[in-house]
Amino acid sequence: MIATESLSKRFPRVTALDRLSVDVEPGVTGLVGANGAGKSTLIKILLGLSPATEGRAEVLGLDVATKGAAIRERVGYMPEHDCLPPDVSATEFVVHMARMSGLPPTAARERTADTLRHVGLYEERYRPIGGYSTGMKQRVKLAQALVHDPQLVFLDEPTNGLDPVGRDEMLGLIRRIHTDFGISVLVTSHLLGELERTCDHVVVIDGGKLLRSSSTTDFTQTTTTLAIEVTDSDEHPDGTRAVRDALHARGVDTQDGTGLPGAGHVLLLTAQGEETYDLVRDVIADLGLGLVRMEQRRHHISEVFRDNDEQRDGQRKEAVGHGS
Amino acid sequence: MAVEHSAAPPAGDRARIHDIGYRSYDGPRLGRAYARRSLYSQSLRGAYGLGRSVKSKVLPMLLFVVMCVPAAIMVAVAVATKAKDLPIAYTDNALIMQGVISLYVASQAPQSVSRDLRFKTVPLYFSRPIETADYVRAKYAALASAMFILTAAPLLVLYVGALLAKLDFADQTKGFAQGLVSVALLSLLFAGIGLVIAAVTPRRGFGIAAVIAVLTISYGAVSTLQAIADARNNTGAIPWIGLFSPVTLIDGVQTAFLGATSSAPGGVGPGTGEGIVYVLAVLGLIAAAYGLLLRRYKKVGL
Repeated sequence: MIATESLSKRFPRVTALDRLSVDVEPGVTGLVGANGAGKSTLIKILLGLSPATEGRAEVLGLDVATKGAAIRERVGYMPEHDCLPPDVSATEFVVHMARMSGLPPTAARERTADTLRHVGLYEERYRPIGGYSTGMKQRVKLAQALVHDPQLVFLDEPTNGLDPVGRDEMLGLIRRIHTDFGISVLVTSHLLGELERTCDHVVVIDGGKLLRSSSTTDFTQTTTTLAIEVTDSDEHPDGTRAVRDALHARGVDTQDGTGLPGAGHVLLLTAQGEETYDLVRDVIADLGLGLVRMEQRRHHISEVFRDNDEQRDGQRKEAVGHGS
Repeated sequence: MAVEHSAAPPAGDRARIHDIGYRSYDGPRLGRAYARRSLYSQSLRGAYGLGRSVKSKVLPMLLFVVMCVPAAIMVAVAVATKAKDLPIAYTDNALIMQGVISLYVASQAPQSVSRDLRFKTVPLYFSRPIETADYVRAKYAALASAMFILTAAPLLVLYVGALLAKLDFADQTKGFAQGLVSVALLSLLFAGIGLVIAAVTPRRGFGIAAVIAVLTISYGAVSTLQAIADARNNTGAIPWIGLFSPVTLIDGVQTAFLGATSSAPGGVGPGTGEGIVYVLAVLGLIAAAYGLLLRRYKKVGL
């Protein structure tokens, strides 16, 4: 999808990108970095709008330096800032943008109706954009990036300014862009946590340099922690304790779910593989207890970056100490 | 994060899919030239408020009517009195109505470009196949066309009226053609000046004020200086002073080459030699406006 090779961009006073080499596969890719890390500069270069100082980049197999217009026909772009005129309706605006992408008039109208429905705008799409909420405006911005059915979209901070519910809806929508629409996504954010839930792959840049590029499963697979919660029964008034003891007897270490919702009733254990799930199931069934939940508790990407192995070990010892 | 897919519908005859889901687009993509044309027609329609709110139709439509009504009245008078000629020459109309034309360009130039700048819509254009030059050309051509419609419509009314009044066909056609060339130049010149000013003033109000100021102050100053020169019998200076305002520039060009009588004080217009300087000045200003717009949009890019 995207490949850059020692891509650099230097302005008279700052180096925005410093020999960045990264490959992006189809799917949802997160581009993480603090403000000024070079995210927007990278998107500008990938759209063929700003020449790189050195190095080269390809988008969809097309060289950004020479095939800018062809790239821009096949990708969509959702800017970070407001970009909507308040005095026209979402429908009129998106139709116009579809035509700017080269869609014939009839196709532009059909695609606009489809796309606005997919991003979740219904009757309000005939009203002027000036009266929309931030969430609705974000949806219009997303619709104009998708209306020409691109192969790849660049979404620059799409969750900016949204409340938690709006954030979740937007993230779900971004996920659907790939799974349902078959369009690859490059989404930027300065929040690692939200990309963890959405992306297949995360690229972290800082000061224009590549910090890390790996799939989100890599980030979180190193330790798969299982959280389990069981019911109590007459035979075992404290089901949690019974399970913990039974697991200990079989040589499985557990921790209390301190700090989690329902702490005291939640046990955490490290899954070694498939057999751990079977073991937990059998142990609970043997005790005649009900399994309320068993879920993977993935570490957040931020924890992976925090380089806190020591700290985590310390916590584990403490937890074991409480348990025995 | 897992996404809930509804289970695949059973493969029976009665199975119906109501939500057709996402459909991809395999149709034609018409590219840059089409996008530029679309932007041109959208901007041209926008210059008369079409495709915009009712409120934004009022002023341009009103100005259009104000331009045409006097022409219609003149035609009516000419027909009724069986005059041998129209009350005014084709080339005079734009100069008489220059206030209305200035008001139009001052209101519509900011509408055309300041909105895109103020609401930061420009990056959405440039993340699509069109380039800076396409955007500038489409916007420039659209406003110049809108102004041509505004200034040529009264001429058309006069011409049709003149033919109905059975005035001399060859004479009228020549005058009409000269008038059209004159208003075409005027449209290009005024649109260029208006767009350059509007493109550096993202606030629409300032844009309107700035365009009116540039057009009227320059005309006022030049006319005053010409009147002083005329009063001192320094008639040789009058054509040279006229180079410094858009209205007098057009007046000079049509006096020298399009058979008009100068509206400068004392009726002193440029001769052929000075006229060439006038034409070069007009063309230079149009080219400069285009160049400045290109430079401006290279910067605001994305």
